Amino acid sequence: MPKHTFRLNGEQVTVDVADEERLLWVLRDVLGVTGPKYGCGINVCKACTSHLNGRAVNPCAVPVGALKPTDEITTIEGLADTAGAELHPMQQAWLDLDVAQCGYCQPGQIMAAVALVRRVTEEGRDITEADLDGIRNICRCGTYPRIRAAIRAGAARM
Amino acid sequence: MRSDGTPPTPESGPPAPPGPGRRRFLGFVLAAPTLVAAAELAPASRAAAADIPSPEITELLDLNDVMTAAALPTSGLIRVEVHGDGTVSFALPRAEVGQGITTSTAMLIAEELDVPVERVRVTLADARPELLFNQLTGASNTTVSTYTPVRVAAAVARQRLLRAAATELGAPVDALSVKAGVVTAPAGRSVGIGALAAKAAVARTEQASVELKPRERFTVIGRPHGRVDALAAVTGRKRFTLDLGVPDARPTMVCRPPTINGRPGTVANLAAVRAMPGVTDVVVISTGVAVRAGTFGQCIDAVRALRVSWRPGTAEGKSDASVQKQLRAAELPMGLPPLTPSVEGEFTFAFRSNSALEPNCAIADVRSDRAEIWSSLKSPIVAQQTIAAKLRLPVGAVTVHVTEGGGSFGRKLFFDAALEAAEISQKVGKPVKLMWHRADDSRQGRAHPMARSRVRIAYAGDTVLGYKQRHTSVATDLGHGLGELFTAMAARLPVGDAAFSQTFFQLSQSMPYDFGANSRLLNETDKGFNTGSMRNVYSPDVTCARELMVDRLAARTGRDPYELRRRFLRDDRARAALDKVAEAGDWGRSMPAGTAQGIALHTEYHAVNAVLVEIDCRPETVNRPVRDGVTGPRVTRAVVAVDVGLTVNPRGLQAQMMGCLMDGIALTLTSGLHLRDGHFLEASWDNYFYTRQWNTPPELEIVVMPDTTGEPGGAGELGVAASMAAVACAYGRATGTMPTSFPINHDTLSFTPKPTVPPIPASPTDGLDHVR
Repeated sequence: MPKHTFRLNGEQVTVDVADEERLLWVLRDVLGVTGPKYGCGINVCKACTSHLNGRAVNPCAVPVGALKPTDEITTIEGLADTAGAELHPMQQAWLDLDVAQCGYCQPGQIMAAVALVRRVTEEGRDITEADLDGIRNICRCGTYPRIRAAIRAGAARM
Repeated sequence: MRSDGTPPTPESGPPAPPGPGRRRFLGFVLAAPTLVAAAELAPASRAAAADIPSPEITELLDLNDVMTAAALPTSGLIRVEVHGDGTVSFALPRAEVGQGITTSTAMLIAEELDVPVERVRVTLADARPELLFNQLTGASNTTVSTYTPVRVAAAVARQRLLRAAATELGAPVDALSVKAGVVTAPAGRSVGIGALAAKAAVARTEQASVELKPRERFTVIGRPHGRVDALAAVTGRKRFTLDLGVPDARPTMVCRPPTINGRPGTVANLAAVRAMPGVTDVVVISTGVAVRAGTFGQCIDAVRALRVSWRPGTAEGKSDASVQKQLRAAELPMGLPPLTPSVEGEFTFAFRSNSALEPNCAIADVRSDRAEIWSSLKSPIVAQQTIAAKLRLPVGAVTVHVTEGGGSFGRKLFFDAALEAAEISQKVGKPVKLMWHRADDSRQGRAHPMARSRVRIAYAGDTVLGYKQRHTSVATDLGHGLGELFTAMAARLPVGDAAFSQTFFQLSQSMPYDFGANSRLLNETDKGFNTGSMRNVYSPDVTCARELMVDRLAARTGRDPYELRRRFLRDDRARAALDKVAEAGDWGRSMPAGTAQGIALHTEYHAVNAVLVEIDCRPETVNRPVRDGVTGPRVTRAVVAVDVGLTVNPRGLQAQMMGCLMDGIALTLTSGLHLRDGHFLEASWDNYFYTRQWNTPPELEIVVMPDTTGEPGGAGELGVAASMAAVACAYGRATGTMPTSFPINHDTLSFTPKPTVPPIPASPTDGLDHVR
């Protein structure tokens, strides 16, 4: 089996798996990092959303062999560290607004939200209703309005 | 309480008379090294009225009463345990699937025990066969049935702690106060409950009689509280079934047939697939061909590689059109048209998927003499019994752990994955972690059955003379414990000897309007589908049809839809909720052409829900582009009023209503399954259009009505029916055409169906192209 090296939540990791093994299963089944969830396996539901070098990525659609040793993967478990705090401001906003219901999609929702805020900040603008409408992450409990409110609250503190 | 189930009497003093005055409740202190207080799950007092016949059964007795009454003679004890570190624990015999019952239960205990909510740990109990019917999570019944028993157990614990503190602090019990888990004596000396836990314990189980805290002293119940598992959820630490590290429980998936419930025949390449990377086992099972491997990625590849010849399933050749024809043929007669004027309508509701975001999944470790199962299960006792029978093991040799669930919506009343995982584990002789692919979950998983509803309302002048509804549905599988419960209770119900599903229908369908003689009947047909409830069984469809016809009656008789509803409502609580949404939603305000308001009402579970929505059906909105999604009309504003009686956690109740609204929007506008040639076309969340952010109302207000009953009602499913109906009514008023087929987009296929062989799609490889 080939060895693959990349950075995961601030640490260098090396795994011994086939090139084509999708990152989601490397994280969950090989490394035991279970924050990213399976919801469809075809990059539709976005429950596995994590970050690649700070941007939203869906590990279910990334063969591990496509990662470079310098690539930094951040899962929900490593998000708070990127803010140097117990909780990332977006996680805090999620708590303040009691967003989660079953919680299954929430790691992906939060990771997507943080990436969205970073993107619009880089574009030098505020989040719009259209930005929020464009979030594709499914929440089958239907807590969408609280997600929208939390993203705005979290963005204000990022 | 005595084991024969007779009502408790206090251990000292005369029984409290009914009416004014505080009731006393009996609990227990159990022999243990630390303080363990317990109570029996008791029935709600309302069920006592069950023997009075009435044309409106649900006002006396609804489904919840039957469930609580069924629990009376057989229920076991539930236990509140106080630990040396000052925490309190409780194993809830229910399933938490997002509805917030671990939080509301922690609040009940915190209230009665005067400890902070954060110090109460509520876990989910393993299957406890001795609880019989009392470990079923369904029909929004949890708070109704556990509200008093949980508080009694906590009150017994508090009483024991106070007695221990009296000795410790040298002060009489009456002089002590408890706050935030600390007992304080008048002189200011204090002791924490953790330090008292062992001292308050007993060596021999004894009875205890307690009063519960009066409502006017509540400081936790009725105040908004965040979920107790919120921190775990937002940090990724919340553990669902697939996240559990059960030793050697390797990823396992099943290659499934191309048609519903098809059976596996021969496998052409077993040896080749067994030799694929990471694969440890490939076995034929009753539902397909199971693959166990090192990763789920390897399972997916192996499932796709399998070449299986399939035998027919239970819906061969069937399609939406053929099932509709069956439903028409099965419809019960409406009777002759009335001599008076009437309005009449027929409505069709497509199959709908009750998939949660967490797919069907379970871990099973089956050995020769025992088995251990982990899964999110709302009927764990029935699961345990069924799995034991399948494995040919004694029930006592099967341990069933109830895990936190990633949504249910009716799906987890069943245990399809747990049963399948047990079969696989037994066949391969190893532990397995079974996951259904999303395509499996959508195509072979349970669905809300297709149904037709026919409604006729007869009127004369200002009077409504009669209401008839004939609901005809593909059979809903209720064989998850509710069935046994009703069989056991049937003789005691005032519904004659109707079949179980009719009994269920009569008990769960209320009629909030005084529409004269009313007759509502259910007929079911075709048991060939994998069905189940979907955030309620009949109510959303039945209510949607009724409310649309109420709007039609209003239009026909030149009355305002809100005023007409208001006039005929029988109940003040319902009228108050309706008035609230009309007022907060500015009912009747002038709106542009192509947009409109809709208003609807639903009563169930001793609770009331009114919904007002505004919808935008203008072409620029309907046709706004979204990649691989359905946009369509948009609900731009929603106002929801809910009266469940006593609300334990308003924040949680609002969350439930929000979710119900999103379901209602999807049911009317976007989400349906298409049946073609014996299989459903949908295999992805981009095929089955549950509400997405682009369908979410930008404006939403949820009003929790003041408590007028003092008793908690059910809430988990309550809000779907009126939401669905309000959206349908608004759509009808905005477009000038009453919708009669749901979801309204069902005739348009908005996606390219995925192949059925192989049964699951390949994992994409282009993820890096979509990083953003």
